[in-house]
Amino acid sequence: MTALLSASLHPQLAALGGGVNVPLTFLVALVKGVLILVVLLTTAAYLVLAERKVSARIQLRLGPNRVGLGGLMQPAADAVKLIFKEAAAPDGRDRFLFELAPALAAVAALFAFAVIPINQTICIGGRHGAGPLSAACPGGFALHWDLAHLNIGLLFILAVTSIGVYAIFLGGWASNSKYSLLGALRSSAQLISYELAVSFAVLGPVLLSGSLNLERMVQAQHRLWFVFLQPLAFLLYLTAGLAETNRLPFDLPEAEGELGAGYHTEMAGMRFGLFFVGEYVNMVVVAAIATTLFLGGWMAPFFFLPSWLGPIWFFAKVMLLIFMMLWIRWTYPRLRYDRLMQFGWKVLLPLGLANIVVTAVFVALR
Amino acid sequence: MFREMFGGLRITMRAMMSKPLTIQYPEEQRPVPPRARGRHILHRYDNGLEKCIGCELCSGACPVGCIYVLPAANDPLHPVSPGERFAARYEINLMRCIYCGYCAEACPTEAITLGPRLDLADYKRERLVATKSDLLEAWPGFTPLRQPGAEGQGPPGSPPDPLGAAASHEGPAGSAPGVNPPIPRRSGPDRESGPR
Repeated sequence: MTALLSASLHPQLAALGGGVNVPLTFLVALVKGVLILVVLLTTAAYLVLAERKVSARIQLRLGPNRVGLGGLMQPAADAVKLIFKEAAAPDGRDRFLFELAPALAAVAALFAFAVIPINQTICIGGRHGAGPLSAACPGGFALHWDLAHLNIGLLFILAVTSIGVYAIFLGGWASNSKYSLLGALRSSAQLISYELAVSFAVLGPVLLSGSLNLERMVQAQHRLWFVFLQPLAFLLYLTAGLAETNRLPFDLPEAEGELGAGYHTEMAGMRFGLFFVGEYVNMVVVAAIATTLFLGGWMAPFFFLPSWLGPIWFFAKVMLLIFMMLWIRWTYPRLRYDRLMQFGWKVLLPLGLANIVVTAVFVALR
Repeated sequence: MFREMFGGLRITMRAMMSKPLTIQYPEEQRPVPPRARGRHILHRYDNGLEKCIGCELCSGACPVGCIYVLPAANDPLHPVSPGERFAARYEINLMRCIYCGYCAEACPTEAITLGPRLDLADYKRERLVATKSDLLEAWPGFTPLRQPGAEGQGPPGSPPDPLGAAASHEGPAGSAPGVNPPIPRRSGPDRESGPR
């Protein structure tokens, strides 16, 4: 066991991993994966409760407060209810895709969280140095606080969030229902349009930090958070991110009350639950990316506040952004679908481009 | 444009910080409006006699047909109601009732009215068929009538109880389903030819 955990390995094993302690890394990754899964799913579940309570307060009523202490066991009750629900399904559905779509929705959302760092890399043993990935901590073990420390982390996120689109239109198509199909088509069109806006919005911080590595982007904000240097990009990202998660004011595809329930009309019980979980995890991911890119990730707001509680600061900022998302949802009316598309293509995209041009000019002149 | 957007957010924020208007039923309850039509009550006169004379007009007026009245002849020595008849059995199916109040409008003696009790939900269907013992109101003020020693008289001073309603009456919450006051067997031309 000590041989496993010690940084100095059998030379052949070390050569395999290119100087990295492979078994230890694997073990750490496993633990991190399980932790992320547990924390994210619990957060998504309690986010549903938070949404209900916040929306209730905005509407001058109390949210669920009977189940458990002040309503805290409500997500458990909801989960149990969803599991026990009859899984009714339309007759002419595409069986495989019908089951695949909700799972894909939940998985794609969880996937994106794999590269988001919640704290500075901690070097255990050895000297802490800046270098290529595997040798970042020569002689020691570099504890990264994200599951997969990719140099192209941001690109990975953009790619994975696109997988979520598959889930939606597969679900709509496989349901063999008009409402579902229409909802799915609208939704996928909306998502791919706003993905462009997202990409342009995140290019601002990329230009400023010179890297796609998310940890390096956070570290580039140690003097001043990017939200102050790139306010337009921040607003653009939040808006486009809201559209990406199908939240109001961009939720016509889900439009409860206008389109049945959009692409998940025919999904009952746990299938609907998985879509729901996927949507809320997506919210967390959008907030987490916004925190990482614009709000300084794990850094404390003011220089005199202790920065060693990185994950706590990260969590607090993510919660703040999520609260803003909830607040926005219950404030604004829904955008009509054609205006939604116009907004994405004719407003957000040009603004994003303009932001990039201006940022690039400043970076070049620096 | 941004001013309106922020104004909207301010309105919802202000709502978030206001006290909610929710009433935590059943710990807190709103007062029932005075003319609310809830569960029925069979009234009595001040001297303890029941107002219901068993005329079955309520049953006829009911649009749903949820009232069952079995009239019986009043014992002249121990009358239950001022008149010739009284209701020996009076049952209302609270599940079928639409609480329209037509029975109360039809009643000639104002015996049946709809009271303020609105919380009638239950888990068993049997418990939702209200019998006379459930519906009959308590006798508020009374003058003691003489009826020494009869078993099952109820509290002293209560009116004579030819049906023994007080004996079988366990109180509204504990009434066994379908229990009715036993109808005294009487021979004679007034006797109804029905069960018992």
